[in-house]
Amino acid sequence: MNRFLLAFFASLLIAGCASSVKLDSVPVEDRAVTTLPQAGAAAEGTGSGVGKGGVTSVDIGKSVPPAAVPAGPRVVYFDYDSYVVKPEFQSIIEAQSRFIKADKGRKVVIEGHTDERGGREYNLALGQKRAEAVRSALGLLGVFDNQVEAVSFGKEKPAAQGMDEAAMAKNRRAEISYR
Amino acid sequence: MIFHQLYRPLEALRVFWLGLMLVTVAPVQAQFRVEVSGIGLNQLPIAVSAFRGEDSAPQKIAAIVQADLERSGQFRAVDSSGVALDELSRPDVTVWRQRGADSLVSGSVTRLADGRYDVRFRLWDVVRGQDLGGQSYAVTPADLRLAAHRIADFIYEKLTGDKGVFSTRIAYVTKAAQRYQLWVADADGENSQSALASPEPIISPAWSPNGSQLAYVSFESRKPVVYTHDVVTGKRRLIANFRGSNSAPAWSPDGRTLAVTLSRDGGSQLFAIDAAGGEPRRLAQSSGIDTEPAYSPDGKSIYFVSDRGGAPQIYKIPSLGGAAERVTFTGSYNISPAISPDGRWLAYISRVSGVFRLHVMELATGAVNAVSDTSADESPSFAPNSRLIVYATQQQGREVLMTTTLDGKIKARLSGQSGNIREPDWGPFQKQ
Repeated sequence: MNRFLLAFFASLLIAGCASSVKLDSVPVEDRAVTTLPQAGAAAEGTGSGVGKGGVTSVDIGKSVPPAAVPAGPRVVYFDYDSYVVKPEFQSIIEAQSRFIKADKGRKVVIEGHTDERGGREYNLALGQKRAEAVRSALGLLGVFDNQVEAVSFGKEKPAAQGMDEAAMAKNRRAEISYR
Repeated sequence: MIFHQLYRPLEALRVFWLGLMLVTVAPVQAQFRVEVSGIGLNQLPIAVSAFRGEDSAPQKIAAIVQADLERSGQFRAVDSSGVALDELSRPDVTVWRQRGADSLVSGSVTRLADGRYDVRFRLWDVVRGQDLGGQSYAVTPADLRLAAHRIADFIYEKLTGDKGVFSTRIAYVTKAAQRYQLWVADADGENSQSALASPEPIISPAWSPNGSQLAYVSFESRKPVVYTHDVVTGKRRLIANFRGSNSAPAWSPDGRTLAVTLSRDGGSQLFAIDAAGGEPRRLAQSSGIDTEPAYSPDGKSIYFVSDRGGAPQIYKIPSLGGAAERVTFTGSYNISPAISPDGRWLAYISRVSGVFRLHVMELATGAVNAVSDTSADESPSFAPNSRLIVYATQQQGREVLMTTTLDGKIKARLSGQSGNIREPDWGPFQKQ
């Protein structure tokens, strides 16, 4: 019974914390369900509770606001199923590397993204490869590794909606973001 | 005729849902609808008679029981109209045999003086004229649905020999506008309660083996980070927030360890972390992607996805680390492994001719079946009795959740009204 008492008091506490979800049904009994006597016999017997734990809601609130950023493009686009930084984006990498190197305290996050085809977790890993490719390209230009973090959003944050090739090409990208 | 039998109860269900929406004053919750498609060969015909007194109760017990049984794929509902019964009645078996039923459920709902409801039922084998037993539950109005699910569990177990999963829970994520929410709902998708709301994506929820916690990936700090979350208290614990991406949490069957994918050392690689928190230890090493770990039910192996061979395939390794063994051999894109709790089946998503479909492999033989005809399936998860799979897919441009039998013959859609529904994970059996 102790765990039920505990759950009961815990629920009282939570209920006091203005949670947005109502806490229904605190378990108060732990007897097994009563088997009815055979039909025809008087159906007595006290039924037991079928209580279950409620769910307390947590609200994250607002996103972290982004920091100030340098002028100029900060997005590198990739071919389907590719992690190669194409030569046409080298100028973006070079411009950003100069900005990062100018201040050793500057922190930059490379956010890798994919198009919407395939699984969420596998796309997260694919986006990570793209982010790490851009980090490597910055490293080759002398940017210190400890200033750059490569993370992935997989397919969770598409830049363009739609399943046509034009939209998907906009989504296969790595964004250089300052925090 | 078959279609009549199949659809009549569904019409009744729609009327029922409508009634439910009118009386529900709780905050907006995803209202789900069951759409059974397909016909199984060996479905048990069962009549679920309206429970005496349920018209004045907040939930229509018989309809919930019937929908549960139909969704399992093991039962076919037989018309039960026109006969008033309760758990004390001795049914006229010839009537039910003529209607084609093998079994009959009857019962009653009575409001008690303290505001609770007394729910009673009895199950009959009308072929043999045998009383198969009954139960009673005294529940709060909020637990009437749970009582109905427990009745369906009793019937399912009595008639199929397997444990029912109707009183278990599923977790899933909705996206509406730019709002992401993690929900805990009954296995029929009803009674959803919000566990987490965030302006940033939430993916990969995973129930702890005892059903008290969810592990998941949250992007609330603008990068993927792994948390565990006690669903009753709402208390969260940061499990993996290392440099780079942290994702794909999977519980070991003893609940002590989480396998995760970390990129802290470069590349997406598998690590194990104590569920109480701590330093990760590497499970495997590759120069490519290793992700989506899934423990086998005996805890001895970890299945995972790797592109070490050039394209994503499913492999397995000993859970303490060791040599990888390839598991999938057909196709060039096989991801999202889920192992059935009985250890017999591997569900995964395979890309075939450019579309992503749920597949099931019998592990003993390696025989593979495609079990869907949709094109954007994701995130399969087994019911705790290994008889159903819940997965995400798209229908008419919307993200929906489906359940399917392992042979793909019986599918039901769990479809909410607001936003896209995704990332399902089926929880364990609940302690009663």
